[in-house]
Amino acid sequence: MDSCKYIIIGNSSAAIGCIEGIRTLDKDGSIIVLSTEKYQAYSRPLISYLLEGLTTEKHMLLRDHSFYKNNKVDFRPETEVVAIDAGKKTVKLADGTTIGYEKLLNATGSRPFVPPMGGLDTMPEYFTFLTLDSAKALEKAINKKSHVLIIGAGLIGMKCAEGIADRVADVTIVEMAPRCLPTNLEEDGSAIIQKQMEVHNVHFILGDSVKQFTPDFPKGNPAQTGTGKSPLGGTALTNNGKTLTFDVLVCAVGVRPNTQLIEGAGGKVEKGIVIDENCKTTLPDIWAAGDCVLSYDISADMNRILALLPNAYMQGESAGINMAGGTKPYTKALPMNSAGFFGLHMVSAGSYTGKCIDAGKPAVKAHGDIPASAAEYRKFWIDNDQLKGFIIIGDVKRSGIYTSIIREKIPLSTIDFDAIKDEPQLLAFSRQKRDKILSAKDDTPATSWNFAIQ
Amino acid sequence: MKRVYVNEEWCLACHLCEYNCAFANSGMKDMVKALKGKKIYPRIQVEVGTDENSRAISFAVSCRHCEEPLCVKACITGALHLEDGVICSDKDKCVGCYTCILSCPYGCIMPSEEGNVIQKCELCTKNENGTPACVQGCPNKAIVFEDRGVPSAEQAAVEDAENEDSGE
Repeated sequence: MDSCKYIIIGNSSAAIGCIEGIRTLDKDGSIIVLSTEKYQAYSRPLISYLLEGLTTEKHMLLRDHSFYKNNKVDFRPETEVVAIDAGKKTVKLADGTTIGYEKLLNATGSRPFVPPMGGLDTMPEYFTFLTLDSAKALEKAINKKSHVLIIGAGLIGMKCAEGIADRVADVTIVEMAPRCLPTNLEEDGSAIIQKQMEVHNVHFILGDSVKQFTPDFPKGNPAQTGTGKSPLGGTALTNNGKTLTFDVLVCAVGVRPNTQLIEGAGGKVEKGIVIDENCKTTLPDIWAAGDCVLSYDISADMNRILALLPNAYMQGESAGINMAGGTKPYTKALPMNSAGFFGLHMVSAGSYTGKCIDAGKPAVKAHGDIPASAAEYRKFWIDNDQLKGFIIIGDVKRSGIYTSIIREKIPLSTIDFDAIKDEPQLLAFSRQKRDKILSAKDDTPATSWNFAIQ
Repeated sequence: MKRVYVNEEWCLACHLCEYNCAFANSGMKDMVKALKGKKIYPRIQVEVGTDENSRAISFAVSCRHCEEPLCVKACITGALHLEDGVICSDKDKCVGCYTCILSCPYGCIMPSEEGNVIQKCELCTKNENGTPACVQGCPNKAIVFEDRGVPSAEQAAVEDAENEDSGE
C-alpha cells in the first residue's frame, strides 16, 4: 500500500497554507496532495476576473509552476477520495486503492448549494460558477446576444454578473432578499452597489424567487436549430408572477461545506467541521481548514462558516505547522470582504452589531442618479468600547487599520477613534504603540504586535 | 534584515520622502519631468496631526516588511510574495481586489496610479535606485534604513528550525 507522512485532501488556499506551514518545520516529510480537479492550485475568486479579461489562466495560479516540485509535494490531480479510515489511518480513493498517512488535512472546501426550484431538473444545463471548469463552461455557452439569468445576488452571483456583463446582451439577477449582497451590506449600501451594476446592464428582480422553470428544449431532448430558441434557454416564472425569458442560467445561491469525509470517519460536524484553535478535528491526527470548517468569529463571539480565502490560507498554515509538530494556533478569524464592482470598491469586516456610527457623506449625484466613484459611504459598529465591524464603499484606503482594531480588540478608549473615522491613520494610536510599529522600539519586534497568528 | 525605521521627533513634515519615492518609482531620469504638475502616488506617506497634548506631530509610514505578513497570507491571487524578506507585488497577477488593503494593519498598501492594481514599498529593490530613496533624501534623518534585529521571514524560519533542532 502507498503511504506517506502527510496527506492533504483538497488543493486550494488551505492546502497551499498547509504545505507552506509544514515546510517551515519539516523540510523533507513526504506530502501527497489529492485533488478532484485537474489544475494546479488556482484562485477560485478569480474566475470572474478571467471572464472579464482581467487575468489569465496562467496568472490565476496561486503559486508558480515549480511550487510542488520545490516543496517536494506529490501532487495527484483528478483523484477523488471517497472515505477516510481514521482508525487504520488510510484514505480510500474512488478507484478502490488506499493510501496510508501519519497526519491528514481535510481541505475539501465547499460545493454549490442549489435550492429546490420547480422544473430546474428539466433544464438541459445550468452553471454554478464556483470552479474554473464551471467558468469555462459558462464562457462557452454565452455570446453577445445572450440573455443571462442569475439566481442569487450574493458575492458569487454579483461577481459573475460583472464578469460577463460586457460579453452578453444583458444580465438579470433574481434574489430572494429585498436587496443585493444581503449578507455583506446594509440596505443603503446595497442600493449604491445595485445602481452601479444597473448602469452596466445588470438588472435586478429583488424580493422574489423562481417558482417554475420551463426549458425550451427539455433535458434529453436535442435542441432543434432554426427555431429561434436557444439550446440552454427557457422561461422562469417567479413567485410574484413575473415571466423571465433567458438563454443561459446560472445558479449562485450559496455554498455548503464539504463535510462528508470527516462525518463518514466519525468526526464531529455541526454546520461545518468542528475544529479547535489548532485547526484539529475531533479525530486523531486529522486537521481541517478552509470553507469546510466552522470558524470562531472573534467579532461576533460565535462559530460560523467563514468561506473566505485569507481565512482558508491561515487555517491551513496553522494546521500544517501543528501537523509538523509545531504550535501555531489560529485564533483571530473574522469575516472580511473586499470586492470591486465596475471600479467601485467595497470593503467590509467584522459584524454589524452594537451602535452604528455613520461617518459617510451625503450621496454625490455625479451623473444623473449614478453615484460617483468617490461616493462616501462609511459605517462603523461599536459595542462595549470595541470596534465590531465596518463597511466602506468608495475610498477604501488604509482600511486595514480598522480591520486590525477589530482583530486585536483594541479598546477604543485607548485610541483617538474620532480622529480616524474619516481617514484611517496611525496617528490615532499612542506614541508608545507608534514607536513599536514604526521604530521597533520595544522588547518585541515592531512587526509582530498584531498578527493574526502569533 | 534592513528596514525603514522612523525617528518621529525629527520629522519636519516636508514630504520630501513622498516625492523621492514617486520619482524613484517613476522610471524616469529627470525629477522635474517625472513630477512637475502631476499628482504623485508615493508608497510612503507622511501623517501630520497633533497628539493628545495638541503638540504638532508628523511621521512617515511605509511597508514594515512584516516577518509574518498578513497581506501575503490574505492575497487572493498570489501576487504578493516574499523575496529575501522583502514583500513584493507581481503586477501581472494582481487584479486590484484590495483584500491586502483591507488586511494591512498599518495602511501601507495602496492602489497604483492606474487604479487597477496595488502598489507598495519594495525598499527600492525593483527600481534603479537600489536603496530606499525616501531615506536617502530625508534631510533630517527622520527615516533611517537599519537592521534592528528583526529577522526577515526567511531568517525567522531558519531560526525556528534551529531552535527546533536544539530542542528548545
